[in-house]
Amino acid sequence: MSILDWFATKNSANKSVTSKLDIPGNLWIKCIACGETLYSKDFEQNLKVCPKCEHHFRLTCHERLNITVDADSFIEIDYDLSPADSLDFTDIKAYKDRIVEANKKTGLNDAIITGEAKINGSDVAIGIMDFGYMGGSMGAVVGEKITRCIELATKKQIPAIIMSSSGGARMQEGMNSLMQMAKTSAALYRHKQQKLLFISVMLDPTTGGTTASFAMLGDLNITEPKALIGFAGARVIEQTIKQKLPKDFQRSEYLQEHGMIDHIVPRNKMKSFLANIIEMTNYHKQKIEETETVEQE
Amino acid sequence: MASSTHLDFEKPILDLYKKIDELQALSDKEGLDMTKDIEQLTQKAELLKTKIYENLEPINIVKLSRHPQRPISGDYIENIFEDFIELHGDRSYGDDHAIIGGLAKFEGRPVMIIAQQKGKTTKENIYRNFGMPQPEGYRKALRLMRFAEKFEIPIITLIDTPGAYPGLTSEERGVAEAIALNLQEMIGIKVPIISVVIGEGGSGGALGIAIGNTVAMLTYSIYSVISPEGCAAILWRDAGMSPLAATNLGLISSKLKELGIIDSIVEEPLEGAHTNYKKVFTKMRAFLKKELTKYSKYSHEELTNQRYDRFRKLGKYTEA
Repeated sequence: MSILDWFATKNSANKSVTSKLDIPGNLWIKCIACGETLYSKDFEQNLKVCPKCEHHFRLTCHERLNITVDADSFIEIDYDLSPADSLDFTDIKAYKDRIVEANKKTGLNDAIITGEAKINGSDVAIGIMDFGYMGGSMGAVVGEKITRCIELATKKQIPAIIMSSSGGARMQEGMNSLMQMAKTSAALYRHKQQKLLFISVMLDPTTGGTTASFAMLGDLNITEPKALIGFAGARVIEQTIKQKLPKDFQRSEYLQEHGMIDHIVPRNKMKSFLANIIEMTNYHKQKIEETETVEQE
Repeated sequence: MASSTHLDFEKPILDLYKKIDELQALSDKEGLDMTKDIEQLTQKAELLKTKIYENLEPINIVKLSRHPQRPISGDYIENIFEDFIELHGDRSYGDDHAIIGGLAKFEGRPVMIIAQQKGKTTKENIYRNFGMPQPEGYRKALRLMRFAEKFEIPIITLIDTPGAYPGLTSEERGVAEAIALNLQEMIGIKVPIISVVIGEGGSGGALGIAIGNTVAMLTYSIYSVISPEGCAAILWRDAGMSPLAATNLGLISSKLKELGIIDSIVEEPLEGAHTNYKKVFTKMRAFLKKELTKYSKYSHEELTNQRYDRFRKLGKYTEA
């Protein structure tokens, strides 16, 4: 057995650990897409994209934040919002226990962080979802934080960026969760009325009620390569239509081909892509402001 | 009740009535006076009926909401409104048969109706795609709402869908985007919007036409983030758990009123809308009249602000 084989066996035995990727001390990891064994330092430096097959691994919201906004520019808002179990919901586990577990696992109070930040010097209001917290599901906290984040952008007249990765509405909050779709979309209505920029970045995976609300409402809808984006689950669709689905069904490239996505942006280009769009959409406004300043002088 | 499809929870009531019928037949045949027994049994049956219907398990309300003889949107349109002119198509792809829309008169004044339409027969259901709209249904709805806004015509939306169609074509043409856009744009429509869930309010597919100034439900309709069957399959990995899922999801009208998700309940006959169409039409007419009168006094700004605030406040969380 070669040393690489040994690592491969070891890693496949520890699949749950390697798929998490943030455990220190793991020198090697195996690409879940192509099976290539990667030196974890290189992998980290490559922003958790497999250098061989370019598979984009999922990131935590903080990892995503670090590669998206200017260093030390993020000011978090509403971090003290936590879920309430308004239905006293229990399935095979109590929702209350799921909340405690998710918090322990991620250190987050719910599936999103929101705040103000700068991207190449430009102010933005930004929300980043975390799939690790109950599948990034949208309950009242996620809905409220996104709404407040957009409202902040409207108030400060700055662009809003929401980076989603979410399985959809959180069933354990019943209709309160469905209503978050309406609430977040309503906030975007007011943001749009002010002619402000909203960029929706749909990351792997973005499905269900999240896709069918704020995530599809970007002036620009963008994504990373091969991200899963859809409304209904593929299994449900297969059962409904009793047909095999296309191979790349509900992947970024498929959505772009069907007109739902503006651009597929590789991870290492995401920040500069966002900065470029912000700059170009702000050009006219800035020119007017400059002219007004000159006139005043 | 004789011609109706019966649900399993109705069996004890039906059994009693059967017994009464038998007694009556016996008394007629043998010339015996059994009036007292029959009266007693009838009274017992009525009490049992009240008891059963007033304490229905949510899963049984789910069954009532999907009752094959339950009045569908077309029945309301035909019986409450006059001069309905159906307007077709989304101007982009096609005409969805699961959402119908058009102008009609209500108590003499024009209204725009947008309604999810199921069928009553298999043939009709296939034509209506079982009330599951595709993207063009939502796009037609938005087009007609904008038309109504232009001419200051109030909008009534009737919700009755298991959900948006989970199919390849639906995904390819962007059902998520179509629903999302309705959620965003309906907030800003400058005429009153009254939304009533008349049967199944199935998740985002229902919400996509339900951004009303007032959102109401019929007594035995349901409104849910996911079907109890879907929820049971995902959370319990056992579709047999759907009765418990139905209870836990809080999808019945009384619970949703208590939670503040809906504003009003339009009362159905005790045994369900399907047992007395006339009664439910009367209640619906009265309800719509009241709501339309109320909002006719609102300015454009008041209407959009009220609608925004209505949805803005929804969702329970804790804040340190």
